[in-house]
Amino acid sequence: MSNELSPGFANPVADAQSCFRAVLDAMARPGRVHAISGVSAPPPLCDAAAAVLLSLIDQETPLWLDPAVAQAHGWIAFHTGALVVEPTEAMFAMALALPDLAAFPDGSDEMPETSATIILQVASLRSGRHFALEGPGLREPRILPIDGLPADFPAIWQRNHGLFPRGIDLILCAGNELTALPRSVTIREA
Amino acid sequence: MKGYNFAYLDDQTKRMIRRGLLKAVAIPGHQVPFGSREMPLPYGWGTGGIQVTASILGAGDVLKVIDQGADDTTNAVSIRRFFARTAGVATTTATAEATVIQTRHRIPEKQLREDQIIVYQVPQPEPLSRLEPSRIETKRMHGLADYGLMHVKLYEDISRFGQVSISYDYPVMVNERYLMSPSPIPAFDNPKMDMMPALQLFGAGREKRIYAIPPWTRVKSLDFDDHPFRTINAPHPCGLCGATDSYLDEVVTDNHGGRLFVCSDTDHCSERRAAGHVGTDGFQEAAE
Ligand SMILES: [Zn+2]
Repeated sequence: MSNELSPGFANPVADAQSCFRAVLDAMARPGRVHAISGVSAPPPLCDAAAAVLLSLIDQETPLWLDPAVAQAHGWIAFHTGALVVEPTEAMFAMALALPDLAAFPDGSDEMPETSATIILQVASLRSGRHFALEGPGLREPRILPIDGLPADFPAIWQRNHGLFPRGIDLILCAGNELTALPRSVTIREA
Repeated sequence: MKGYNFAYLDDQTKRMIRRGLLKAVAIPGHQVPFGSREMPLPYGWGTGGIQVTASILGAGDVLKVIDQGADDTTNAVSIRRFFARTAGVATTTATAEATVIQTRHRIPEKQLREDQIIVYQVPQPEPLSRLEPSRIETKRMHGLADYGLMHVKLYEDISRFGQVSISYDYPVMVNERYLMSPSPIPAFDNPKMDMMPALQLFGAGREKRIYAIPPWTRVKSLDFDDHPFRTINAPHPCGLCGATDSYLDEVVTDNHGGRLFVCSDTDHCSERRAAGHVGTDGFQEAAE
């Protein structure tokens, strides 16, 4: 079966490092968009989502998979070894549409780092509705276009941000580009 | 180097530390536990900072390592060599050339940039440890943002000494939420953390904690309205370069009680001297 799977990173150590640095910078400067390289994703995943999975997921990170990702399940299992779990058990999630955030662990006040990180594949980080981001990492509000979020996303996010220091962190992926929305950021429609 | 993983750590350990770093950045100032690994250097040598650096470093990075501001101490040289060998990265002593700066006990005088990351070596990540020995209790305090204990301690200092008697590791509030140890940097350096353009990462190896401050984040040294936090500049300029705004170390120059005050940041001092700045003891230096 593994023979039929597309490969992971072309240069596993270097590609994982550069993808991680892209995610780190995007988490530190919310909404900054980075392009990644080194992987050709199995459908329906985009390259950026596949790269983030290869960089951060392994047998120590229980993962929830959106049923719409089923086609790539074998690839993810082979390359990451992740245990696939229900949302309540997940440290990470791979989704093609924003799932109900309340279904995932949001951490505790004493251990807010135990919340889930959701890798969300969207249509574009270059077009779509414009959002204004503010918070740590941003000297001034950043305008980020996102195509592929539900209509009530600002309200959903306001609830999530309101849990701080608890809360879900999002890694957004589209094509070969990614960015991040940590729980610390506030978001309004721009 | 043959037989080593890139930057020493194996992929699984790096992933674990990287995941912790992302959470640390998402929760500015919060201490995230991590499974600290044994490193081929003793704990006092900054194994927490080394593990953070090892987890972020890529082949294109340029690494600077300082110890108390100096690039040439045994500790700084050893760490720099360690990464030059295990990761093959370029190293530098010039603050402006570095993409990653690992530090013990100082922040460079030169303003850091957006495209730089500073990694602090932290011996004791818990700012409340001297006031409350129970880790369970300090976690509870952080969870509730209940920092009354620290305010009481500072106020007692002020009523006894007329000022806060902390000159190193002066506690800060990050993003108005978490009380954080800035590591044993002089209080002189605290203002540099506030709204710093660079990402700040902290690693405590023995205590197995990492934490972070994103760029452009409010970092406020604890104080009171009637006793605002102030840094004290040395009453004299650097003897070598004449700088009046840098942090100085006292150096004994001979056996007869001769003393010299010089910039603790050796790169800053040599850059200033190269640009023609001369202190009152500077000619002696140039003549040798
Ligand atoms: Zn000087």
